[in-house]
Amino acid sequence: MPWLQLKGVTRRFGKAEVLSGIDLSLGADEMLVVLGPTGAGKTTLLRIVAGLDAPDAGRVEMDGEEVTQWPPADRDIALVFQHFALYPDWSVRRNLEFPLKAPRQQLARGEIDQRVGWAAELLKIERLLDRPAARLSGGEMQRVAIGQAIVRRPRLFLFDEPLTNLDAKLRESLRLELALLRQELGIPAIYVTHDQAEALSMGDSIAVLAEGRILQQGSPEVIYRQPVSPVVARQLGQPAINILSVQRRGDAWIGPNEAERMPALSGTGEMLLGVRPEDIAPAGGHVPGVVRVVEDAGAAWILWVDWAGASIHIIASKERRFAPGETVYPRIDAERVLLWPR
Amino acid sequence: MSFLECRDLVKTFADGTEAVRGIDLRCGEGEFAVLLGPSGCGKTTTLRMVAGLEKPTAGQIVLAGADITDRSPAERDVGFAFQFYALYPHLKVEDNIGFPLESMGLNRRERRQRVADMVERLGLGALVGRYPRQLSGGDQQRVALARAMVRRPQIYLMDEPLGTLDAGLRLEMREMIRAQQLDAGIATLYVTHDQEEAMSLADQVVVMDEGRIRQSGAAALVYDQPADLFVAHFIGSPSMNFITGEIREDCFVALGLVWPLSEQLRPGPATLGVRPEFVRSNDTARLRAEVVRDEYQGACRYIHLQAECGRLVMRVADRERVAVGASLGLDFDRVLLFDPTSGKRL
Repeated sequence: MPWLQLKGVTRRFGKAEVLSGIDLSLGADEMLVVLGPTGAGKTTLLRIVAGLDAPDAGRVEMDGEEVTQWPPADRDIALVFQHFALYPDWSVRRNLEFPLKAPRQQLARGEIDQRVGWAAELLKIERLLDRPAARLSGGEMQRVAIGQAIVRRPRLFLFDEPLTNLDAKLRESLRLELALLRQELGIPAIYVTHDQAEALSMGDSIAVLAEGRILQQGSPEVIYRQPVSPVVARQLGQPAINILSVQRRGDAWIGPNEAERMPALSGTGEMLLGVRPEDIAPAGGHVPGVVRVVEDAGAAWILWVDWAGASIHIIASKERRFAPGETVYPRIDAERVLLWPR
Repeated sequence: MSFLECRDLVKTFADGTEAVRGIDLRCGEGEFAVLLGPSGCGKTTTLRMVAGLEKPTAGQIVLAGADITDRSPAERDVGFAFQFYALYPHLKVEDNIGFPLESMGLNRRERRQRVADMVERLGLGALVGRYPRQLSGGDQQRVALARAMVRRPQIYLMDEPLGTLDAGLRLEMREMIRAQQLDAGIATLYVTHDQEEAMSLADQVVVMDEGRIRQSGAAALVYDQPADLFVAHFIGSPSMNFITGEIREDCFVALGLVWPLSEQLRPGPATLGVRPEFVRSNDTARLRAEVVRDEYQGACRYIHLQAECGRLVMRVADRERVAVGASLGLDFDRVLLFDPTSGKRL
């Protein structure tokens, strides 16, 4: 039984339908990542869960209770935004205490100190407690903003692209910290982002949102390996999945310009074939291709290859070197291809 | 012979901030150089000095053999791109792209040809007659990119041009920039804080920190042979693993780890660095670690581990599975050693 459920949630602004019949579910100890480009409806979705906006149709259920009409305060949800709202002149301690001093909290002084100390320790910001917020770095401010959310020990966290404004390096370390922290607290969370690496890394479950619709929800492995459509397939993976048109002939798929034959396991006629860059080897195939660009991705090479009228990407091992202009013989791993109707 | 050369470039702002503290930089003809570093490292100030938007406190800038240090931006023939926005709303796509060519004294036919080339390259054929408001965000960015690169100046200067774009679009645009730059053969100086973007685009990566260059060279050089701990940490995702310990006789020793060294090094405190792809599980290894998290990344997995000597990350194939909580033996394929005081690689 899911802990949070959205059923047929629809929201219109004037004539524009920004969310169309959203069905989503979240387990009691899960992080759900909603992945989609700017304008997909991610923030509206969060606002409806938080109670800051009401749907035109559909319902929101928390822990078996319908909460669609509940005011935000009754839902006991904590939000963390991309633009963190700390009081610049207040110390970190005072910023962290603030959410605990709301009238309905009614906490004793000792309890407040204990919770602030606990959050500061978890987030490793103890040494910053007496510093004014204005004197913190971006990463420190984001930690304090997360601290403001966790001191309350809410029933649900909502994260709205909280790492977007930070340096790439910091983003990478904070995403792991945040996932581990949520795991430790055992509080469910919805995290919205447009960053596929964040989605794969943090999500127990990923929902792909585009133009107000959920295209697919599943584990990161399912979304990455069994995307229901080319649109979903392109949302994950870097570089993006290669998509080629192919035709069934006898028991084989024939690629563009008669390029490549692959055993056909299912499907007929003309199809779109998707293959991830890591599932193409630069050698062992029959049809030559020419390396256009060799990118250094650190642990591997990324090759741009002109192959049989198509431009494809291959992730190649660093065991050997490649040079632009070199001829390679790409071989697709037939067991890992995806097929969709044209 | 370098095409762009910065010699001992210094910038101290009026408030005393030493943004750039002596930069020597060389960029060859047609070369793509990327200034990479964290916020506040001086990369943007350096770029703005090359553009003529900031006046250096000291030092010299030479472009194509001419000293341009005291020239105004307009006299420098540089193509400058911040973030690719701001299309003219009243102009159609083709006129937006062609706008920078208006003042260049090209005839109509040449202008049309240049615009047509960019339209074809960026796949904008279907959109040329539209106005910006009729385009999606992604297409607007594409048009803006076409406009930024339609001129052929002596050098392109780009300051985080992809900064605010969605991750997916950023990848696509990055490839377009690289493809266009390779074809046009125009030297480019590009600023970013994203090491992955830098590695993928650059012929030369220039790693900066606190107003100075830490190391510059091909992506493979800064990745495989980082000059110091800063570069080793900054380049690579996830970051290199670091273990603090000491060199004793012919071994590196840390909590739970004795690693034999292939060369003789001076005994004393040391930091061992190992990239996640060079960490391997090996049941018989002495170094033990517990699996903390299995981070799936599609093409591979990052296994986060807790060992006595600290936290470690191991990169494994996506088909390999390990359970959180399991205990593994760890081996390393290739390690680097650093002096923890100076930070320099030993």
